[in-house]
Amino acid sequence: MTRPLRPLIDLLAGDRTADRIVPPTGFTARLTSFTAGAMAFLVVFALALSVAAGRMAERWSDALAQTATIRISAPAAQMQAQTDKVLAILKETPGVAAARALSDDEQKKLLEPWFGPDLPLDALPVPRLIDVRETATGFDADGLKNRLAAEVPGAVLDDHTRWRRPLVAAADRLRLLGLMSILLIGGATAAMITLAANAALAANAQVIRVLRLIGSRDSYIARAFVRRFTLRALSGAAAGTLAGMGAIALMPATDQAGSFLTGLGFQGLGWLLPLLVPPAAALVSFAATRGAALATLRRLT
Amino acid sequence: MIDFQNVAYNYGGGELLTDISLRLPPGSFHFLTGPSGAGKSTFLKLCYGELHPTAGRVTVDDGDLRSLTRDQVAALRRRIGVVHQDCQFLDHLPVAENIALPLTATGHPVDREDLSALMGWVGLMPLAQHLPPQLSGGERQRAALARAVIMSPDVILADEPTGNLDWDMSLRLLTLLIELNKMGKTVLIATHDLNLIRSAKSQVPVRVLRIRDRRLQLAGSDL
Repeated sequence: MTRPLRPLIDLLAGDRTADRIVPPTGFTARLTSFTAGAMAFLVVFALALSVAAGRMAERWSDALAQTATIRISAPAAQMQAQTDKVLAILKETPGVAAARALSDDEQKKLLEPWFGPDLPLDALPVPRLIDVRETATGFDADGLKNRLAAEVPGAVLDDHTRWRRPLVAAADRLRLLGLMSILLIGGATAAMITLAANAALAANAQVIRVLRLIGSRDSYIARAFVRRFTLRALSGAAAGTLAGMGAIALMPATDQAGSFLTGLGFQGLGWLLPLLVPPAAALVSFAATRGAALATLRRLT
Repeated sequence: MIDFQNVAYNYGGGELLTDISLRLPPGSFHFLTGPSGAGKSTFLKLCYGELHPTAGRVTVDDGDLRSLTRDQVAALRRRIGVVHQDCQFLDHLPVAENIALPLTATGHPVDREDLSALMGWVGLMPLAQHLPPQLSGGERQRAALARAVIMSPDVILADEPTGNLDWDMSLRLLTLLIELNKMGKTVLIATHDLNLIRSAKSQVPVRVLRIRDRRLQLAGSDL
């Protein structure tokens, strides 16, 4: 168990001499820090998008899953009897917390946006709506539908599944897209840091030649480069993460606008999530630089 | 301890060394001479595993260099000190740190007194904190020699160590190498400086090898 972790332990322990053998270079240092910083900034946004999408999917799913509507279409003379019958059935149905028929005024208000305030509800064959509240465990929608079909043929149960599913699926896709973006950004970071590490290794060919000549092991030489690049990535990603978190924090609050975009952000302990980005960037940099360094060294005698 | 058995080396553009068999016993002092491009540097590189023979085998203490792992090659190079004509250093580190590098890079502690004594031996104490680019050719050669011997290796290989030096400095470097040989170190110097060889012969028993027509031969009394 210790052996595979040895390079990481050595990296964390540090080695003042190994740190000094690679000359300080400006270009690759700045490139690595900038890349890690920019990528961390983007990851924070992707993370925020993913978290917000997940939150939205849950909220929609929960909110809609707790309610259902029964629509009764019947001749005016039979409407009240069928309504009473449906309410009686609902009372006996396990999983139904409460059920009530909407009053004429309530139905009028619902139709107002489409038909205006002067709607003559009495003169129109408007179906009666029954609002159903579920318990936490919910009811057997198929069973209820079958019973309604048998006993009150004019009653139709709408448990919102039809339009809840695509909404939740869209939110889930959005969350997946965010996670995929994070993976792609991680891959791009690894690729760019590998290029920077290769450039640094090529620029320090003389250092490597001297170290091989005096009997340094590959692991020692690699460690010197890996530690430097890992620390650069860590510091760059820390700066990028802080900037990203700051930008997210400055976005308008959800309750001010109420739309999805303004709800993009972290809540509560969710703000700890972006703090994983700098160590993750350091880990990516560690793996990428170590791979590049050992591959370069293997080509040398 | 270093043993060449029917060694040949081919760079790809024809054979440079052919059928070379040689044993360098511990404590011996050898010169390797021959015209430029004859293969002296290649011969040295074969000794410490920077190159592998295209035929035959090179062994150190009966171990075939070709079969060594990379870590074993690194360990071998700590036992073989190498001085190149174009001695390379880590230019951003002071001379003292460059000389101590074989110790620090292998996790050994550096004894400041020993390091000072070594730097005094090669006459570089006043330049300890200078950077390598600030040194003259002779000073660089002496720094390279100090770095090559700080791990107390069994073998010292020097490739044209006096190529850039005046005669006085060459003699000074030769004296250091002779002192090391008297301490029991095996010394092999590749050079085309016949005066240097003559000077060494007058002080210690040396064998002079010559590469001619891709083959190694023992040089005659003309040297």
